Amino acid sequence: MSQTEHKSDTTRDAVRALMAPPIDRDGAWRELFMVPLAAVMLALLFGALIMMATSVSPATILQSFIAMARGSVGSLHAISETLTATIPLVLAGLGIGLAFRAGLFNIGAEGQMVVGGLAAAVASFSLTGLPSIIHLPLVLMVGLAVGALYAAIAGFLRATTGAHEVISTIMLNLISFRLLDYFLRQPFIQKEGRSDPISKAVLESAELPRLLSFFDGNLRLHAGLFIMLAAVLLVYWLLYRSKLGFAFRISGENPQAARYAGIRSGLTIILAMAIAGALAGLAGATQITGVLGRASPGFSAGIGFDAIAVALLGRSHPVGILLAGLLFGALEAGGRQMQVDAGVSIDLISIIQALIIIFVAAPLLVKRILPPLFRTKSVNEDAS
Amino acid sequence: MFMKKIALTSGITAAFMMASATAATAFTACQVTDVGGIDDGSFNETAWQGVLDAKAAYGIEGRYLESQSETDYQPNLNSLIENKCDLVISVGFLMGDATKTSAEANPDQKFSIVDFAYNPTIPNVVGQIYATNEAAFLAGYLAAGMSQSGVVGVFGGMNIPPVTAFMDGFYYGVAYHNSQKGTNVQVLGWNAASKEGLFTGNFESLDDGRAFAQNLYDEGADIVMPVAGPVGLGSAALAAELGTDAMKIIGVDGDQRFLDKNNGDVYLTSVLKGMDKTVMQVIKSAMDGKFEGGLLIGNLANGGVDISPYHGFDSAIPAALKAEVEKVRAGLIDGSINVGG
Repeated sequence: MSQTEHKSDTTRDAVRALMAPPIDRDGAWRELFMVPLAAVMLALLFGALIMMATSVSPATILQSFIAMARGSVGSLHAISETLTATIPLVLAGLGIGLAFRAGLFNIGAEGQMVVGGLAAAVASFSLTGLPSIIHLPLVLMVGLAVGALYAAIAGFLRATTGAHEVISTIMLNLISFRLLDYFLRQPFIQKEGRSDPISKAVLESAELPRLLSFFDGNLRLHAGLFIMLAAVLLVYWLLYRSKLGFAFRISGENPQAARYAGIRSGLTIILAMAIAGALAGLAGATQITGVLGRASPGFSAGIGFDAIAVALLGRSHPVGILLAGLLFGALEAGGRQMQVDAGVSIDLISIIQALIIIFVAAPLLVKRILPPLFRTKSVNEDAS
Repeated sequence: MFMKKIALTSGITAAFMMASATAATAFTACQVTDVGGIDDGSFNETAWQGVLDAKAAYGIEGRYLESQSETDYQPNLNSLIENKCDLVISVGFLMGDATKTSAEANPDQKFSIVDFAYNPTIPNVVGQIYATNEAAFLAGYLAAGMSQSGVVGVFGGMNIPPVTAFMDGFYYGVAYHNSQKGTNVQVLGWNAASKEGLFTGNFESLDDGRAFAQNLYDEGADIVMPVAGPVGLGSAALAAELGTDAMKIIGVDGDQRFLDKNNGDVYLTSVLKGMDKTVMQVIKSAMDGKFEGGLLIGNLANGGVDISPYHGFDSAIPAALKAEVEKVRAGLIDGSINVGG
């Protein structure tokens, strides 16, 4: 048996094994989409119930859901905000999803975003006199590289000592927050004339261009959108078309089989973590250069944690993550409008997001609550 | 599926109509809070009170958006600009950069910001700033006069000017009491000369408020002034447990006797920062077409800052001390007492 033959065989088997429940069987595609969709609907329903429990009137609840739709897709501004919020969620989510595929639970996207974003910020104002075409990519690469290195620490610890990456990435998160506080007070980073921790401003040559500013200066959508789309394609290619991605997936599915197949597990773990961290670092860098324009304490704003939810909701598939990221971005932009129009607390959005995850994580629960969506499979198929 | 789309579209249209209808009827003032939230019993709530007062007095519409993190400032401001607000008010020093960006991108939109003074001023922004050190000076003097242990404490949320102004005033008020009365009351948590002190690093954590007050108490402080918005509510909870003989709290921003729904009884007094008054003033000027960018300063002389009535502690404070506080107030207003110590 030649080597290529052997490999393609194994590849097919591995893909089948990985994707067996969602893709291979009849109607499984429906399930792949129906569970998240039903989860979102149920979460909105429960959100409404919670609002009712806190004595919000039904009219206000209706108004708040209309506001949510309006604030997420109802205008150019709304769409711009939704996409702006989506970019870092998808980038960090791709990293987490990729690590999931390799059997690693990277809880450290937040910390990787922080160090990547901070490094990008430093590179963005300390490298002067460069043209934008060199400066901007350089800044993004710095963010990417530092994020990768930071995540690789956890990968290295896992590979060499067996320290579980969940623990080490959580701890690395905490360390990153304090590192940020510390560095923001250093004279070469801190903004002149300020005593609070805040960095100097990103130089114009390192700013990600705003895509719609010619139309209206308040539209924040920036060129990170293209970086995000490129990352989706790249991660898809990496996971499903490359040798390395195959090694990731086989290690995630069955580490022992991977080892017998000659995959070096230690290296695979470190590489998977590094790529996950690179994507999170890139998310931090695009936030700094595209949206915030400076680093401040808490600039990561929990995006790295929300991205875990995005990766789960997207079932760790690049396209799924893109869709889930869009949904979460829409919730964030819409939540703002909800508060403006109906005076409903923005905290409710966090509750709805959490509910979505609970329902996605428990597909059986969704099927129990909404049996018709899943039971009428054969009838629907006949119709279509 | 189609039905849903139609329902959604018509819903959106209805919402648009509703929005435009409200915009046509009334002046709308919109506020972006800082991360403490609208119901922090302190900083943000006091500023929001100004909008509520204007609502009651002039029948305006009021809306707000809470910032959950610093990254929310810009989108929140943009979102309010999108919603046809006549006046957008940002609450907090940390929003200075974001407000400047928005103001310059939207020269026709009126803005006001609490706690930030632009230099040079921006034509469409009114900066509201406060000489809180003057009022805190009174509180420091009072605290020095009331302390049994001879140690008082203070801590802040972040080392930024609007916070340290309170701490400076408190520090110098205590120092003034020491110099006038020959006492030796110590201030823990802030050194006005070196500009270093105790900071929680956030304006959110009630646990930090409790822990910091506990530390100060362990070092002997029996009166503590937390300058960190809702964080102080945690300190008040500790004071309530220890009893006010062991620890009293000095509130900040609003009269926390009333704003703190759970432990209103532990506040010796509150250093009032009249954000409600200045916010209302800016709204009025915008309604009357007299809006002009620049600065609005609240101090002891114009009543923009002050200390609150003593409420439950009124009988516990010696009449002589009360009279001295009034004398210090007069001295600060006429300039015979230097607020810088």
